[in-house]
Amino acid sequence: MMTASTVNRLPGKEIDWAALRADFPILDQKVNGHPLVYFDNAATSQKPRAVINALDHYYERDNANVHRGIHELSNRATAGFEGARARAAAFLNARAAEEIVFTRGTTEGINLVAAAWGNRHIKAGDVILLTEMEHHSNLVPWQLLAERTGAKLAFLPITGDIGQLDLNRVDEFLTRDVKLLAMVHISNSLGTINPVSELCDRARKLGITTLVDAAQSVGHRPLDVQEIGCDFLAFSGHKMCGPTGIGVLYGRGEVLERMPPYQGGGEMILSVEYQRSTWKQPPHRFEAGTPDIAGAIGLHAAMDYLDGIGRENIARHDMELGAHAYATLAGLQGIRLFGPHVGRAGIVSFLVKDIHAHDVVELANRRGIALRGGHHCTQPLMRKLGVESTSRASFYFYNTTDEIDGFAEVIRDIMKFFGR
Amino acid sequence: MFDDLSDLYQEVILDHCKHPRNFREMTAATCSAQGHNPLCGDQLKLYLTLDGDRIRDVSFVGSGCCISKASASLLTECVKGKTRAEVGKTFDQVREMVTTGKIEGDVGRLAVFAGVHKYPARVKCAILAWHALAAALNGQGQPVSTESEDI
Repeated sequence: MMTASTVNRLPGKEIDWAALRADFPILDQKVNGHPLVYFDNAATSQKPRAVINALDHYYERDNANVHRGIHELSNRATAGFEGARARAAAFLNARAAEEIVFTRGTTEGINLVAAAWGNRHIKAGDVILLTEMEHHSNLVPWQLLAERTGAKLAFLPITGDIGQLDLNRVDEFLTRDVKLLAMVHISNSLGTINPVSELCDRARKLGITTLVDAAQSVGHRPLDVQEIGCDFLAFSGHKMCGPTGIGVLYGRGEVLERMPPYQGGGEMILSVEYQRSTWKQPPHRFEAGTPDIAGAIGLHAAMDYLDGIGRENIARHDMELGAHAYATLAGLQGIRLFGPHVGRAGIVSFLVKDIHAHDVVELANRRGIALRGGHHCTQPLMRKLGVESTSRASFYFYNTTDEIDGFAEVIRDIMKFFGR
Repeated sequence: MFDDLSDLYQEVILDHCKHPRNFREMTAATCSAQGHNPLCGDQLKLYLTLDGDRIRDVSFVGSGCCISKASASLLTECVKGKTRAEVGKTFDQVREMVTTGKIEGDVGRLAVFAGVHKYPARVKCAILAWHALAAALNGQGQPVSTESEDI
């Protein structure tokens, strides 16, 4: 569903990023008397009218339950839902739509792998290798699996405040006992972009299964699961212009086929008797119950919208915003910055002198700026960095360098307010 | 500069945030308790020296936002010399004040926290030290968390 507004800006053309803001109704408002500056995109992105319209259209014209229906509306809903699956496969360059499992989001995707794949393949003494910068969603499910099975967790270390993986130590950690390498593509706390293709390649040569948490990357740059070479990749729709409540787990066909179900119920069975059942082939084996049909259709519209702009263009703009914010904040006295100096994503975590992150976020809010302060669901990483929390500004393509400059002014005012 | 925030960050609060009173460890404390706000990462430890039923000395250490630090600081000034029953009554008044904005009875300088009720996300910051105080008085060994009960 290409909207009229996106057709005009296919890749190759210079993009008027500020003009794209008109596609997002929510951005046109004042907060506390100031124009809204939305810098909390790592938590969730805003939604373009194309996505909101797709949801409206589905509920106003096509709503019915999917699969097994004979009537017209059910056919339309099924076509919309399965069309979204095919679109997601193309979006990730998966080999087949059967490699796309719809979930509630990244968290559920990872829990699905930990339960369905992990319970079958992980044994006592096995090692699950993660990194020190994982979001709780790519840590706690593995802790639960380790508790169930007696497996151990190990963590690829990061290098101080710069927050990059210490690639010199990868061999030391890729031992024979490692059965799974699960890692974040772009850190939601640091803005670090991890070399997932290289790491998956090294893991695969040792027979290690791989999972990539693409929550922060999938809507921000071109992403090709065959190029990355991972076995699993999970993401959420709502961080890439789609609705909340829908996400995707990509699983390599051969791996998904050997996995038992995750949850039991309708939609996932072939035949059911009182004592036992048989189940469908992937992906339906992993989708028990009525799915989030509208969410999948909204996600389809989001993928079309992003590709209308071009994910290469979005990635370039994202990195420009990240670099501009980093350089601007680095120019202020008393700011401690986290994450790489260069080659970073549009996520910048920082501390303003000894002012607590929640005080920074509270004051920024009074100027209409939406930041996030806290541990960003990465408590072990915060401890590793020796901080309790940070403030974070995270950008998307509808943000501008002017907004970042205004934000830097507000940070100066916050320092003055607290007399620091 | 941020005049519209003066209901939250009153001068007294800013002063106690920058210069917290009774901010020290107490080696010979009768009892102590830890308070933790997992949402913010705020951590504080409150120490008490009791003389029978009365608080003879009180101090705290820890880190947190301006509201939680100022709340702990003002708490130490407020409860020194008070009995358990008096402290319990003040805790009730503070809880009512930061959740509804209503000031019942004389709360003295603690009234500066009345504006907190307009900022629901900050209520837990203002009340954390009071929970730690209650835990210390009740001799609870477990650290108290703002997530463990409705406040």
